Amino acid sequence: MNHDAYDDNYIRSILNNVKSIAMVGASPVNVRPSYFAFKYLAQRGYDMIPVNPGHVGKTLMGKPFVASLADIGRPIDMVDIFRNSSHIMPVVDEALALTPPPKVIWMQLGARDDAAAEKAEAAGLKVVMNRCPKIEYGRLSSEISWMGVNSRTLSSKRAPIPTQGMRLSLNRTSLGGGQTAASDRAAKNKSETS
Amino acid sequence: MTDRLPGFATLAVHAGAQPDPTTGARATPIYQTTSFVFNDADHAASLFGLQAFGNIYTRIGNPTNAVLEERVAALEGGTAALAVASGHAAQLVVLQQLLRPGDEIIAARKLYGGSINQFTHAFKAFGWNVAWADPDEISTFERAVTPHTKAIFIESIANPAGSITDIEAIAAVARKAGVPLIVDNTLATPYLIKPIDHGADIVVHSLTKFLGGHGNSLGGIIVDAGTFDWSRDNKYPMLSEPRPEYHGIKIQETFGNFAFAIACRVLGLRDLGPALSPFNAFMILTGIETLPLRMQKHCDNAKAIAEFLAGHPAVSAVNYPGLPGDRYNNLQRKYAPKGAGAVFTFSLKGGYDAGVNLVSNLKLFSHLANVGDTRSLVIHPASTTHSQLDDDAKVRSGAGPDVVRLSIGIEDKEDLIADLEQALDA
Ligand SMILES: Cc1ncc(COP(=O)(O)O)c(C=O)c1O
Repeated sequence: MNHDAYDDNYIRSILNNVKSIAMVGASPVNVRPSYFAFKYLAQRGYDMIPVNPGHVGKTLMGKPFVASLADIGRPIDMVDIFRNSSHIMPVVDEALALTPPPKVIWMQLGARDDAAAEKAEAAGLKVVMNRCPKIEYGRLSSEISWMGVNSRTLSSKRAPIPTQGMRLSLNRTSLGGGQTAASDRAAKNKSETS
Repeated sequence: MTDRLPGFATLAVHAGAQPDPTTGARATPIYQTTSFVFNDADHAASLFGLQAFGNIYTRIGNPTNAVLEERVAALEGGTAALAVASGHAAQLVVLQQLLRPGDEIIAARKLYGGSINQFTHAFKAFGWNVAWADPDEISTFERAVTPHTKAIFIESIANPAGSITDIEAIAAVARKAGVPLIVDNTLATPYLIKPIDHGADIVVHSLTKFLGGHGNSLGGIIVDAGTFDWSRDNKYPMLSEPRPEYHGIKIQETFGNFAFAIACRVLGLRDLGPALSPFNAFMILTGIETLPLRMQKHCDNAKAIAEFLAGHPAVSAVNYPGLPGDRYNNLQRKYAPKGAGAVFTFSLKGGYDAGVNLVSNLKLFSHLANVGDTRSLVIHPASTTHSQLDDDAKVRSGAGPDVVRLSIGIEDKEDLIADLEQALDA
């Protein structure tokens, strides 16, 4: 699996199929990227579970924090890891120890651990690294176009009316890989030099 | 099924535009409104806090402008774009994200005269210093790098002489210096040159020229290539540090590879204010739909006219990179193989007076200070656009006293040649 560039269909099938997402490293502080992403995904109808041992006893958008993946106590479809690259492996190990294990491991923008990805893939999980699910959802639904972002999708169908909580269609015609060629090159150069 | 990449002409027509959700209107509607209602207080707070994508107020974003932004981002191969009121506004907003007082920018000497003025005078008053380098002498860029350098700025095809810049060589200097390369791609348009493919980190345009293409609307745009790591050594606090105006959000951490475009929008455009009218965005979008057709015709006409002038006895020199033997011909074949653009200069044996006479004798060419119109245009830079520069700087930027600049339109080339012929012979 090439983790420098993802086919839109790969990302699309993940976002269309997962229902529950445990967010490891979710923050209750409303200027943190994890808070933005948690809120956005919850409003798009995903069953979100905040995981952060430092905030047990608090809630995020009405959902109680749990200390670890094992404490969730029910099957989950995806683990979204909001930790930097050096903290990925233990979370993946924890996820793989769950029964049943999740179907997808997603590492946040800036986070990448190729060894952890290989381990999860060997166990049959799908892996996404160095991407934000909020941005990918916004891009594939074209909602993000309101910010002048290149969604890399085209559609000649009437746009859905955006209302809060509504799941916009992710099924637009894609223009090739998930990012532009130039930005993928930059990400690759960065991961090679760091 | 794997994704198929549509071609340039398909993107020029479709990228960013989708039938309107409420009416089904197929052309992009002009959302001529200042403001947008919120769903509820939480939605409003989410928008103001940059937590949700959406519209607030047209100074920050507008749905018509957003279509233009996505379209140009797609054509340039960038991650995102921001449309602003003019090409000059684009340059201002870009540099405001990158420079603090006392910082420096290295700029190519061969730039549009208005940009030379903007950098020399307006930006100097902000404490932004410019070091000029010669795009024909790459080592001058290397030598200009100091610890205060924050960016390098060049034009892909330089106004007024139409010379072609070796973007890759200058991108290598920028990479080594750890600063972004900004390319003004106005005269080439992405139809001829895609600077991001050659190492540019930021592309700016005056949309007023070939992209809009009809001489009817001012506009500018900033394209983020998504290639630069703004946080690497904290040289760019607007992108890497917690922003007090947004309760401590860090822009790059939150927006990843389109952080620069977001910074330009929420820190630059929001606070400096040069917003593009949605009506202008609509006019420019309509222009872009035919960009590939127009640009090819502009280039084909320009080449025919350059050839005609090169054979005329009153003409001492023609600077058109599309002519074999031109000093930029090799660079043109590398960077702009479809054509050498449609703005170029030539020199008259009769000097300053001959230039002034030619301009007044032309009947089809319009004498005005613009380029990139459907109509053919002519100007004598030394007495107009470049008149504020001293004689030395005029010559260095390709606007000596004997120089006439043409911007070739999409009329029939035979008519343009006939007009030049009668004016030169008059
Ligand atoms: C190469 C170039 N850059 C920038 C500009 C400035 O653009 P505007 O007039 O839209 O501010 C111009 C205008 O002539 C130009 O030719």
